[in-house]
Amino acid sequence: MMFRHLVGAAVAAVFAVVGLSGAAQAGATLDAIKKKGFIQCGVNTGLAGFSVADSQGAWTGLDVDICKAIAAAVFGDANAVKYTPTNAQQRFTALTSGEVDILSRNTTWTLTRDASLGMMFTGVTYYDGQGFMVPKSAKIKSAKELKGATVCVQTGTTTELNLADFARANKLNIKPVVFESLEESKVAFFGGRCKAYTTDASGLASIRSKDAPNPDDYLILPELISKEPLGPAVRRDDVEWFTLVKWVLYALGEAEESGITSANVNEMKSSADPNIQRLLGALGDMGQKLGVDNAWAFNAIKQVGNYGEIFERNVGQKTPLHLARGLNATWKNGGLMYAMPVR
Amino acid sequence: MADQDRTIHVPPRPSPWNDPKIRAIIYQIVLIAGVVALGVFLVSNTLTNLQQRQIRTGYGFLDQEAGFFIGETLIPYEAASSYGRAFLVGLLNTLKVSVIGVVLATILGTIIGIARLSQNWIVRRLSSAYVETLRNIPLLLHLFFWYAALTNLLPDTERAANLGLNIFLSKEGLRYPWPEVEPAHIWALTALPFGIAGAVAFSKWAHARQMKTGRQIPLLWPSLAIILGVPLVVWLVGGAPAQFEIPEKTNFGHDGGAAVTPEFMALILGLVTYTASFIAEIVRAGILAVSWGQSEAAGALGLRRGPTLRLVVLPQALRVIIPPMTSQFLNLTKNSSLAVAIGYPDLVSVANTTLNQTGQAIECISLIMAVYLTVSLSIAGAMNWYNRRIALVER
Ligand SMILES: N[C@@H](CCC(=O)N[C@@H](CS)C(=O)NCC(=O)O)C(=O)O
Repeated sequence: MMFRHLVGAAVAAVFAVVGLSGAAQAGATLDAIKKKGFIQCGVNTGLAGFSVADSQGAWTGLDVDICKAIAAAVFGDANAVKYTPTNAQQRFTALTSGEVDILSRNTTWTLTRDASLGMMFTGVTYYDGQGFMVPKSAKIKSAKELKGATVCVQTGTTTELNLADFARANKLNIKPVVFESLEESKVAFFGGRCKAYTTDASGLASIRSKDAPNPDDYLILPELISKEPLGPAVRRDDVEWFTLVKWVLYALGEAEESGITSANVNEMKSSADPNIQRLLGALGDMGQKLGVDNAWAFNAIKQVGNYGEIFERNVGQKTPLHLARGLNATWKNGGLMYAMPVR
Repeated sequence: MADQDRTIHVPPRPSPWNDPKIRAIIYQIVLIAGVVALGVFLVSNTLTNLQQRQIRTGYGFLDQEAGFFIGETLIPYEAASSYGRAFLVGLLNTLKVSVIGVVLATILGTIIGIARLSQNWIVRRLSSAYVETLRNIPLLLHLFFWYAALTNLLPDTERAANLGLNIFLSKEGLRYPWPEVEPAHIWALTALPFGIAGAVAFSKWAHARQMKTGRQIPLLWPSLAIILGVPLVVWLVGGAPAQFEIPEKTNFGHDGGAAVTPEFMALILGLVTYTASFIAEIVRAGILAVSWGQSEAAGALGLRRGPTLRLVVLPQALRVIIPPMTSQFLNLTKNSSLAVAIGYPDLVSVANTTLNQTGQAIECISLIMAVYLTVSLSIAGAMNWYNRRIALVER
């Protein structure tokens, strides 16, 4: 009835108990995925550029494309994905209880999550940091000026913790207003209840571009107060599945480093470079080693594109988010994206 | 149940397997065994799998540093406090909303319930419209409505409306001066129960006197005077400290003094207006359950409408009202967990944050359940006690 949240929490607990009661075995997740023919992918409820559904229910975004690339690697079909929108709070239960196979939802890789929540991070798809957004009219230039200010924040996030650390370290006495859903926190912030809204800088760019009544009225402050390496995570019950996801991410990065794009991947398959041949499955048995088809990376790149393409298409300079590559450029271009050798 | 005498007359005893009594017992045993087996299976499997996935269990985390702020607290709390203390803060916030909500919803609901029986056509129609609209809209929408209304309609923090007496109203909520804590205040608070006890003694005495002499002594004002007077005297003896902490203007609105946040206001408004629509119906039903003859008899004795309602109708109506009212109080308390949707830091909100930081899902949910169960059972217990007290006593 009305105490939906309480019931929701109780249901989550029951799911956790029942889900955790299922027996675990090696290769369980990957085998089950192959059997059912699609990947159940946990995404955001709606964060433009990362995961958002259009009016037809088709999902797009950087986090969505990661799931598509994995589906292409496993099934040769980037559309063999079903999406489960999760809010900040439900996401880990959704993953560990088996409701989703992979959580690809602007989730920060931290020690606690990696070591004690029953999940493993497979890599980083977006290097980010936590920032603040304020109305320009407030004439705030730096986060350090937020002394005594009310700040809207969403529960179940690293954001909430970092905010506390930052306020404590700088003696700012910030008053947080904590929301369960992104939707209500946006209503409160744009309604003027809070002087600032805080989350990952990429999230701020997304919210400003899509939800602000007038994006130009809002300023994202220059300081980033934390490291937020965002990446997909899987359950701690299947090392094969974990390894596969990890290597699909590397393959997307490697493709960018070697200049392979969705447009030229066919020609590249007959490249003289054995590294490229190996990646695209023309040489060796890399796919078999991962337990999937040898054309795994070829399919992922052809159907979804390399990491650079995914980035530019969803969050890059030509999108409303206008995010620069920055830390997310390849290491050759001064960024942090570095793919392990496929050999 | 089969009557002993009768069974003796029933000719041949059925075989044990066909004996309904034995069968019933066997069914019970099988059912209990099944439930227990299921429980054991779930618990043991959960434990093994928790271990396999290396999810740590136990309540040890309650001593660890919480690291997060809570927007409004009744007791001192900071980010360096423990998770246990954070839970306590959340629990107190839940109790605060519940107690204030129950009191206000009862008052509003009773007024509207009586208004529905009013002889005034407009009053009757308006209160019916209130009940029919409000109880048919989901509570969550009430909350979103009030919260959006408050955050959008209240003045900006920089331009807080000064309501006089240093009371400020803005998007931050209502900020007002608050007495600085002095020993005299604590003593005065401690004296309050004595004031209440005094008032009870007074009303007993007045009652006894009325029984003896037939003279009615006004109760309301003297009682109030005793309840408030005793602490007042203590406060005066303690030196009558009247230092107020006055809200001060900061860069972003006001600080200091005490505050009612928009989250709290929206939650109270939503819970009270919604629950009052149910309470109104209960009150109306209760009053209608008292037969009209009672009122006529009271009228024949020369009682006016007010005393008739107060002395004849309501005491009888209460017997009908109390049991369903108990459910409404329980509902209000449990519904207060929707607070998290509009950013009020109640128990569920704090537990959710803790859950996500520590990953101790089962522990946190079990704490929430234990707390709501305890609170609900306490309310039910208190109401049942009251119900028994006012039940019809045969003289
Ligand atoms: N990266 C942070 C924050 C991620 C996060 O949940 N951000 C919020 C604000 S941008 C969000 O995406 N909320 C959407 C939702 O809960 O539906 C984390 O992993 O804790």
